[in-house]
Amino acid sequence: MLKTLKKSAAALAIASLISAPAMAADLVINFDDPNPGPKEGFETAVKKFEAANPDINVIVNLTDREAHKTAIRNFLSAEAPDVTSWYPGNRMAPFVNAGQFEDISDLWESEGFHDSLASTKSAMTMDDKQWGVPYTYYQWGIYYRADIFAANDIEVPATWDELLAASAKLKEAGIAPFTIGTKFLWTAAGVFDYLNLRTNGYDVHNDLTAGKIKYSDPRIVDVFEKWKQLVEPGYFVENHATMSWQDALAPFVKGEAAMYVMGNFAVDAMRTAGLTDDQIDYFPFPEITPGVPRAEEAPTDAFFIPSKAKNKEDARKFLAFIAQPDVQTEWNATIGQLPINKNATVGDDKFIQKGFETVSTANGLAQFYDRDAPAEMAKAGMEGFQEFMIKPDRLDAILKRLDKVQDRVYK
Amino acid sequence: MSTTGGNTLTPASQRSWLYKNRIKLAPWMFLLPGLIFFFIYVIAPIFQSIWISFFAWDGLGEKEWIGTANYIELIDDDRFYTSLINNVWWLVLYMLAVPVGLAIALFLNQTVTGIRLYKSLFFFPFVISQVVVGLIFTWFYNPDFGIVGIVWGWFGAQPPAILADEDLVTFGIILAGLWPQIAYCMILYLTGLNNVSPDQVEAGRLDNAKGWKMLWYVILPQLKPATFIAVVVTVIGALRSFDLIAIMTQGGPYGSSNVLAYYMFETALSEYGFRMGYGSAIATVLFLIMLVYISFFLWRMYQDERG
Repeated sequence: MLKTLKKSAAALAIASLISAPAMAADLVINFDDPNPGPKEGFETAVKKFEAANPDINVIVNLTDREAHKTAIRNFLSAEAPDVTSWYPGNRMAPFVNAGQFEDISDLWESEGFHDSLASTKSAMTMDDKQWGVPYTYYQWGIYYRADIFAANDIEVPATWDELLAASAKLKEAGIAPFTIGTKFLWTAAGVFDYLNLRTNGYDVHNDLTAGKIKYSDPRIVDVFEKWKQLVEPGYFVENHATMSWQDALAPFVKGEAAMYVMGNFAVDAMRTAGLTDDQIDYFPFPEITPGVPRAEEAPTDAFFIPSKAKNKEDARKFLAFIAQPDVQTEWNATIGQLPINKNATVGDDKFIQKGFETVSTANGLAQFYDRDAPAEMAKAGMEGFQEFMIKPDRLDAILKRLDKVQDRVYK
Repeated sequence: MSTTGGNTLTPASQRSWLYKNRIKLAPWMFLLPGLIFFFIYVIAPIFQSIWISFFAWDGLGEKEWIGTANYIELIDDDRFYTSLINNVWWLVLYMLAVPVGLAIALFLNQTVTGIRLYKSLFFFPFVISQVVVGLIFTWFYNPDFGIVGIVWGWFGAQPPAILADEDLVTFGIILAGLWPQIAYCMILYLTGLNNVSPDQVEAGRLDNAKGWKMLWYVILPQLKPATFIAVVVTVIGALRSFDLIAIMTQGGPYGSSNVLAYYMFETALSEYGFRMGYGSAIATVLFLIMLVYISFFLWRMYQDERG
């Protein structure tokens, strides 16, 4: 019995070795999120794609997000996959400029993406061409402990003064108003972006990240002055420079901190940590300068075809597939984010619903500081934000340094 | 078959050049594979990175010749000076591993029951990965649940966040690095102590040498080779201090725990790094610093071999 089993297994192995390349065309996809939710969403989509295209054999390489960010530069020039996940905006610029991403304007034309994916068209466009297909985006805002707010008799703040008042009240009750972990820097950029978007608006955000406004500009200094009103009274948790964004969840979960400026992906982690939907809630970042049209952070994730891909035809099929409304609906319901295709349905989770309302009524959508600004500027800028949060009195020196970096980066 | 068998010697005039020079050639033949790889993976990249340091290059597109602009920028770069100063701190404080390692080795160099176990325990930190060392110390320093915070609490003081404090962070990481490095020096000295000649110790005793005098005039001179190796590995360890920084702080807060090796990686190869030229310029400076030390090392070897 065992022998026959072994034999048939061997025969099967040989058969599959021989037949696999002959039967199906291989489509290699590099994906960068092995966390349970995102992985499930992606794998379900791949399975559906395979079912719809039995002649295509999909091979998936799953890497960790941080590792993917450095590995992509090697695999794009050496061993290019047929499809890879990456980010739009300035994050795709180096690869577009180096000719390592395939121009897929034809696909946008033939699939009618100019209409169905219109909301992210500008982020996917460079040199008047489209370079990738987005499949998800998510809102940012303030996640807060509704139970702590209720216990301390605090209303959801709608203006800057109300936010300061709520913070003062929380601080008095021995609770840190905001948690944050700035070890990996980008979390501080979320706070900066919102303060800037609310103080000065969308255009200033874009001009700053495009290098048209100096950091020592009075408008940007004003943003830091607002930030100082949170930093100096100690409204952020202490020791934030030693924590990652996940570490910073601990005080939030323990009830030692009440608010968190974050992206919607944090909800999953909060629920995993044991918080119920009655305990957590969401509100958009409050208004600062009255009359400034509300813009939001809504980073987009997308798929690209490397120009060295071997199977570009099937890669295009895959990109067209993941843009379909039904695929985006299911995928984003799994990962708890927002679909891009305007014909897709938004999930019925309360955070997704609120996020969709916030984002779809926004006057402008920013990608995120480190995606809108060039990498080198982003790095220096975010280090400056972190330094400011620890040593606010060094503001002048920090701004001067950022101006210097800016002069060099945008030549 | 008219030819002679394989064993017969051919006349000297007919022997090939290869055969005649075989004694001279043999060592080179053995060295050749190593030399080829040494050239490809060590020598060539050195010159390659010096060459790249004169360009502005993002690693993908066209290189643009900018001459010494990268070096001029380095002179004006605060982050570079922070890294350089931290490198000096690393070099100086890492040297503590040598005397401390010696002290532990002397302490453990006795025959008591279970001494092998104690030796293994002391050697343990060198066996575990640097990544693990970094993680353990990160938790250890955590002011909320780390032991440093608890100890500080006994004195009723507010614990410092060592890894978030720009003045303390480098020392915190160096201390973490010293832990395995001391173990390494200790093991070098322990093997060295095995070779200390008992005759000389005996002779020293007869001449009434005790304590410090015995150590300084009798034991230490015999440990000279061990000391030399310990200093060499410690200097190398200090200069390539990369893994601990990557694990514990990533150069932060805001670059204040950077060293040259990590700064080079950060500018050229990390998430936000797209500056191969600038990274190469940092690498070149680091190389020049190492060169001073390597030359000294080679000169010492040469001196020792001559006499």
